[in-house]
Amino acid sequence: MGIGIRIAELHKVYDSPPPMAARGAGFAFGGMRSGGKKEPKKKFEVAALAGISLTIDAGEIFGLLGPNGAGKSTTIGILTTRTEPTGGRAFIGDYDVWRQPVQVKRLIGVVPQRPNLDFALTAREILLFHGAYFGQSAHERTRRSEELLEKFKLTDRADHMARTFSGGMMQRLSIARAMMHDPEVLFLDEPSAGLDPQTRLLLWELVRDYNRQGKTIVITTHYMDEADALCHRLAIIDHGRIIAQGTPAELKASIPGGYLLRLRFDRLPEGLAAELERLPGVSEVRATEDSSADLYADRGGPLIAAIVNTAQAAGAELRDVHISEPSLETLFLHHTGRSLRE
Amino acid sequence: MNWKTFYAMLSRDGHVARRNLIPTLVQNLLQPLLLVFVFGRVLTSGGMMSMKFKDVLLPGIMAVSMVLSGIQAVAMPLIAEFQFTREIEDRLLAPIETGWLAIEKVVAGMIQALVAGLVVIPAAWLLLGSGVNVSLRQPVAFFVICGLVALLSGAGGLALGCSVGQTQIGLMFSLIVAPMMMFGCVYYPWSFLSAFPVLKVAVLINPLVYASEGLRGALAPQVPHMPIAVVLGALAALDVALLALGLKRFRKKAVS
Repeated sequence: MGIGIRIAELHKVYDSPPPMAARGAGFAFGGMRSGGKKEPKKKFEVAALAGISLTIDAGEIFGLLGPNGAGKSTTIGILTTRTEPTGGRAFIGDYDVWRQPVQVKRLIGVVPQRPNLDFALTAREILLFHGAYFGQSAHERTRRSEELLEKFKLTDRADHMARTFSGGMMQRLSIARAMMHDPEVLFLDEPSAGLDPQTRLLLWELVRDYNRQGKTIVITTHYMDEADALCHRLAIIDHGRIIAQGTPAELKASIPGGYLLRLRFDRLPEGLAAELERLPGVSEVRATEDSSADLYADRGGPLIAAIVNTAQAAGAELRDVHISEPSLETLFLHHTGRSLRE
Repeated sequence: MNWKTFYAMLSRDGHVARRNLIPTLVQNLLQPLLLVFVFGRVLTSGGMMSMKFKDVLLPGIMAVSMVLSGIQAVAMPLIAEFQFTREIEDRLLAPIETGWLAIEKVVAGMIQALVAGLVVIPAAWLLLGSGVNVSLRQPVAFFVICGLVALLSGAGGLALGCSVGQTQIGLMFSLIVAPMMMFGCVYYPWSFLSAFPVLKVAVLINPLVYASEGLRGALAPQVPHMPIAVVLGALAALDVALLALGLKRFRKKAVS
């Protein structure tokens, strides 16, 4: 039995810089100074979420995709009890995250964007104490920590202080810690930022492996390929709103003219390009060098027969065709008019 | 309330404190003990100070060691753990209400303050040499005051640790800790301030005053001191106030 997630109309307005941002250097002891001065101090206000609603099914790998500052981490923050929503509600299983945080905390494991390991402890102690916080018996936590250290290839550094670890090792230890109490829902906030390609593949494998045990996984990323390869379903977030959601394939199919067919003919007679452009679903045809043409359309394979016929009628023969499916990158561009990396 | 989690967090702090035992003891106790030696031994034996000063100094040093150990044991780790690395997050995600983590930090601070008090008494006694006229004449009052001072230390550490940023630690020591030590009636009884009437009233906001005066009253009643009842009342009120302030600030820091 897995645990699903439900979010309804979530709003969040920060009135002080969120914890990820650098803290101000004001010396604030005791109460804030009261108003009454000439003009009220300009209030810090950042709207991070502007009404997000979504449902994540039990046992699914769900991706939150969007550029930096889109509201991904805030959504994770609210779902993991670390951020108080300004409005709306969020449920993990049957528990209201803001009203029953203790029950929620038992169900979730969190891998933060930046490693927040307990630097006063060794890697092994980090896992052992984490197990103890969750009420595991000494025997259970010893067994489980051994297992995880082995699985995450940390055994030989297990008794070193975590603060001496490299970035990749810290990341692995963070994930091991999040899995230590065997949570039903695992949150990973930008897990592959700063990882080398090999470690990234290892991470994906570990995530899929954990998912196969029936666990729900929520992952944020701004890498299209990661979302595409890993997630069962996705929500694309921008400026605190969901702009699209569905399976990666559904989302890609939703872009009109998102397919690109690169065609090569034996020769390209006058007028063939114009003929091709009249085919149903074709939005644009561009003739390129060497009797080739790039055809943009809302479908891929189903067009081939019609292309072959049209070419034959014009006295040409189709020699080669390459179909590129629409990517999430084009999808994001389509919905926001901006590239993800902007 | 989840006692297993609370106990696990407390044993984590205990584990870290034991690992840093020697540096922590040196940090907390070396300076007060050197002061004890110079003022209580060197100056008294040379005749610059009266032998009676030893009786003033010993309870005062115990008070200051206990109170400062709370800052060292609670405020400093909290400042570090709440900084941008957010090390405290793993305990904020433990299945227990957020406020209990703050209480756990206070309890850890109290234990360390009591250990500091226990270590400093015999050490200071040895350093002072002969002529110390200090004894446990009011055991009940002494133990109650020790408990209240320990709580003061833990709760004060919590309030301070949740109010000061990483970059302001130096400022905290020069602006809060140093005046607190000098005007905390550690090296003189409160009644000696009669020549400075404004100061005599102003120092009453300093919690260390009640700690020093209370321990003096319990250990060396022949030295002038505040009435024990006043000390108990003031310590209890300050404990409650600092704990409330600390919890409020902790919650604010813990949740964004």
